[in-house]
Amino acid sequence: MAGQVLLIEDEANIAEAIRFLLTRDGCQVEVIGDGLTALQRLRGDLPDLVILDLMLPGASGLDILASLRADPRGQGLPVLMLTAKGQERDRDAAERAGVSAFMAKPFANADMRAKVRQLMGQG
Amino acid sequence: MRRPRQPLFLARASYRRRRLRDAARLLPVVGVFLLMLPLLWPQGGAGSAVIFVFVVWALLIGFAAVLAHGLDQPETPSAAGDD
Amino acid sequence: MPFDILVLSCFVYVIFLFAIAFFGERRAQLGGMGFLRSPTVYTLSLSIYCTAWTFYGAVGYGARSGIEFMTIYLGPTLVFVGWWWILRKLVRIGRQQRVTSIADLISSRYGKSNGLGVLVTLIAVVAATPYIALQLQSVTLSFAVFSSDQPEGWATPIRASTALWVAGGLAVFTILFGTRRLDAKEQHHGIVIAIAVEAVVKLVALVAVGSFVVWGLAGGPGAVIDRIEAVNLQGWQLQPGRWVGLIALSAAAVICLPRMFQVLVVENVDERHLARASWAFPLYLFAMCLFILPIAMVGLEQMPADTNPDMMVLTLPLAHGQGALAMLAFLGGFSSATSMVIVETVALATMLSNHVIMPLWLHLRPEATRSADLRGGILLARRLSIIGVLGLGLAYYRLSGGSAALAAMGLIAFAGMAQVLPALLGGIFWRGASRVGAILGLLTGFATWGWTLFLPSFGQDAVIPAQVFALGPFGLSWLRPEALFGTAAMDPLIHSIFWSLALNTAAFFAGSILSFPDPVERIQGAAFVNAFDAEAQGGRLGWTHGQAEPEALLNLAQRILGEEALTFFETEARAQGKEGYLPDMTPAFLTELERRLAGSLGAATAHAMISQLFGRATVTVEDLMAVASEAAQIAEYSARLESNQTELTRTARQLREVNEKLTQLSVQKDAFLSQISHELRTPMTSIRAFSEILTEGDLPAPQVADYGRIIHEEAKRLTRLLDDLLDLSVLENGAVQLNLGLAHLGELLDRAAAVASQTRPDRAFRIERDVTTEEIYLRTDADRLVQVFINLISNARKYCEANPGVLRIAIRHRAGRVTVDFIDNGRGIPKEKQALIFEKFARLTDQTKAGGAGLGLAICREIMANLGGTVAYLPGQRGAAFRVTLPLRLERSAA
Repeated sequence: MAGQVLLIEDEANIAEAIRFLLTRDGCQVEVIGDGLTALQRLRGDLPDLVILDLMLPGASGLDILASLRADPRGQGLPVLMLTAKGQERDRDAAERAGVSAFMAKPFANADMRAKVRQLMGQG
Repeated sequence: MRRPRQPLFLARASYRRRRLRDAARLLPVVGVFLLMLPLLWPQGGAGSAVIFVFVVWALLIGFAAVLAHGLDQPETPSAAGDD
Repeated sequence: MPFDILVLSCFVYVIFLFAIAFFGERRAQLGGMGFLRSPTVYTLSLSIYCTAWTFYGAVGYGARSGIEFMTIYLGPTLVFVGWWWILRKLVRIGRQQRVTSIADLISSRYGKSNGLGVLVTLIAVVAATPYIALQLQSVTLSFAVFSSDQPEGWATPIRASTALWVAGGLAVFTILFGTRRLDAKEQHHGIVIAIAVEAVVKLVALVAVGSFVVWGLAGGPGAVIDRIEAVNLQGWQLQPGRWVGLIALSAAAVICLPRMFQVLVVENVDERHLARASWAFPLYLFAMCLFILPIAMVGLEQMPADTNPDMMVLTLPLAHGQGALAMLAFLGGFSSATSMVIVETVALATMLSNHVIMPLWLHLRPEATRSADLRGGILLARRLSIIGVLGLGLAYYRLSGGSAALAAMGLIAFAGMAQVLPALLGGIFWRGASRVGAILGLLTGFATWGWTLFLPSFGQDAVIPAQVFALGPFGLSWLRPEALFGTAAMDPLIHSIFWSLALNTAAFFAGSILSFPDPVERIQGAAFVNAFDAEAQGGRLGWTHGQAEPEALLNLAQRILGEEALTFFETEARAQGKEGYLPDMTPAFLTELERRLAGSLGAATAHAMISQLFGRATVTVEDLMAVASEAAQIAEYSARLESNQTELTRTARQLREVNEKLTQLSVQKDAFLSQISHELRTPMTSIRAFSEILTEGDLPAPQVADYGRIIHEEAKRLTRLLDDLLDLSVLENGAVQLNLGLAHLGELLDRAAAVASQTRPDRAFRIERDVTTEEIYLRTDADRLVQVFINLISNARKYCEANPGVLRIAIRHRAGRVTVDFIDNGRGIPKEKQALIFEKFARLTDQTKAGGAGLGLAICREIMANLGGTVAYLPGQRGAAFRVTLPLRLERSAA
């Protein structure tokens, strides 16, 4: 599995874990720690997959998702949303905003890898 | 601006207090009157005038002390007001 | 009596006075006012009426004109005995309006007009300067009596330097105790207690000399009376004009003299003290006068013909070898002079700084209302004014060469200040009195006084040419200074008093009747004239539609009133049924605030300042009419209905606040669950992911170590969170075990600062502390308190954006409670968030990942509740500020 993944996650340790898992699977992982930088980054070249934390400093995951979907280039881009709150309401909001898949923290490593593989396959 | 009607007649204590205030107002007038008296005396030795003035002075202080004692009491609500 | 001993004892006496004043200030500050507030001290402080002019001059006056000297004391007696008429009302108004001086009273009454304040200040300074010079002269003369073999040595080499030393010492004393702090009400407890002591000294001294003369020299009271009866000196005849005129003049003076107004009205702490003073002060005067004529009689008989009668109080005992008695008399005279100068200077300095310097400063720098440190500015203005006033007195003394003409200065000063009387009495008894009338009256009276008394007092050809005395200016004979309108038969002094007051009053009435007062004037007129009528005092009048931000006002108030501003805002907020430090900007609140500021600044300046913040002109006639009809409607309801109304409003406000809080809480309850889930899941995610990775087991050793460390870190974070939650629930249930003991506040802060320094250790951050205030031993649970301190300091390190960050820790200890303020130099916390920060998980910005879970302040709040105290956000400090309040000694039962 090869491809570019943009990981937007402010918890450095969680980001490191995901980066480790996906890099081992052959992806190129770029990590961004806050929402505003992420928004700027997404105006440039788009990756093959975006993994997005819901609660971020600067701009929330939902904001980033909305701006991505508003961009014609980003409408088909697969986006995996992560959340530690795991509430229905957050899930609904994310789905309305056009998320491709949703994953609650904590997750099993195997599930994460499977989900990424599935989304990359679509793309 | 109309104030709430006040009773026409007052209880004994309030009545006393009002008259005490009248006395307090009158005291300096009495003082002025008495202190002007020596002007009407024939000019002569100063001794009697000095004694007279000191006596009037002492009386004023005495009366003021008595009145002050009475007026110093905290006012009851019904007796509030300036008249 | 050796001169050295005199100087030495004089010095010791001065140190004693400093000690007394210091002690008085100290007691007042600690709140233990006790005897400082007694009517006796009030009465004694009034005795500054008796200056050196009384102490030395009365004997001279008695020797020259017999019984007439008593007029100066009979006038005040009549005013005090008749306190129910005028003084009671003046004191009431003074307290209601927080009047700072007689100039402030006049300016406040006539529409908070600063122009009038300036005018009265000017009159007061002109009239008082020679009088201060007279006091300096009397001290110098009394020194000279001791230092020279010739008792009446007028020209002694040390004379000039004596006056300078005395003036310098007085300046130091007055600055030290007169401008120690800026009170909401301009009161100086140290000075009052010192002059009360001086009052006793001068009375004892005069009575001692008098007793010595009557029983030691004259052979008993009977003999003295016989001599007085027998005497037939030139000038001893009773002159009806002077008798009546001088009694009236001294009666006016006792109300109008700046120093009398200061002790009578401004320094009054309790209206009921006036009742005592109404007879006790006349009694004091009576005692002072009792021995004047005997001393004068015996002095005239026994002393050489060329003796200066003004110094007989000293020279008589000296001539009979009574060194100790003369010494006592000297201290009495010294007390009379110094206490007068001190109070007069304080009164004049207040007027000068409030009506001249501050308005000028604010005019030149209008932005100062919002920015500069006003307290410092005001105090500096006061200090400069004090030096200025004393400097003027000294300069006058030097220039006039200490001439004998100064002796007449007492009455001239009286007559000058008496010009304020028509505006004053008109102002408190007649609603029709207007600013135009007051200005016209004052100008007319002041000019007449200057022309007929003040300028002629320098002597013919000194200021006014002799020709003008004889023929009038430009040959207008009806304007001759001592014979206006041809009244040449009058005594010059009486002539001046008569004409100046008559013309003054006429101009005052004419001006008042013909002019139309502006609204503020009418409001103030009603408030003054109806001072005893509660309705006229209602806060409804004044600021009808306030637009100022409460925080901006608090800021302003704090820079003028200091700590008291917070207390006042808090009390007002509580009275409105609100929590915190920011009351609603109701008209009643604004009016009261303006009055408090007026207590420091004078009415005109305070009014101008609030106007500036509000950015609008003052009330209009329409406002006034609206207020009047509203007031009339309200009066229709019974008092009970009205109080019900306020009660209802308050309840409604409380309900509204509770409701708001409940809504917020329910939102927060949801947020709490989702937060707790988030806070638990985040560390759990890392732990789970890395432990799975490690289980797979094909990693290089350094990476294993790295990932192991991460798991360990996150596990610790999880534990900390659980600990906090547990701690909080224990604290909230009050089930906490307190470990009470004595702890040194400074050490607790040291500990907290050391631990907190591990938060963002890389940050440029400074803590400002005042270690002297930290010398407090608390009985409390030290560890818990330190926990609170750590939290507050760490928060400042985390969230204060300023670079470098500065945290000021200020400690105050009053009445068994200690407050510790933590104030940083950041941007502070927005108003709408201030109520929320103490709630669980209420970290303000989710963006800032600062490690904690947002439970810190919630825990602090619970800890402080358990320690019998509070922690609250302190608004209006520019930066974020937290105030920790706790009892000095926590009893076990409170835990």
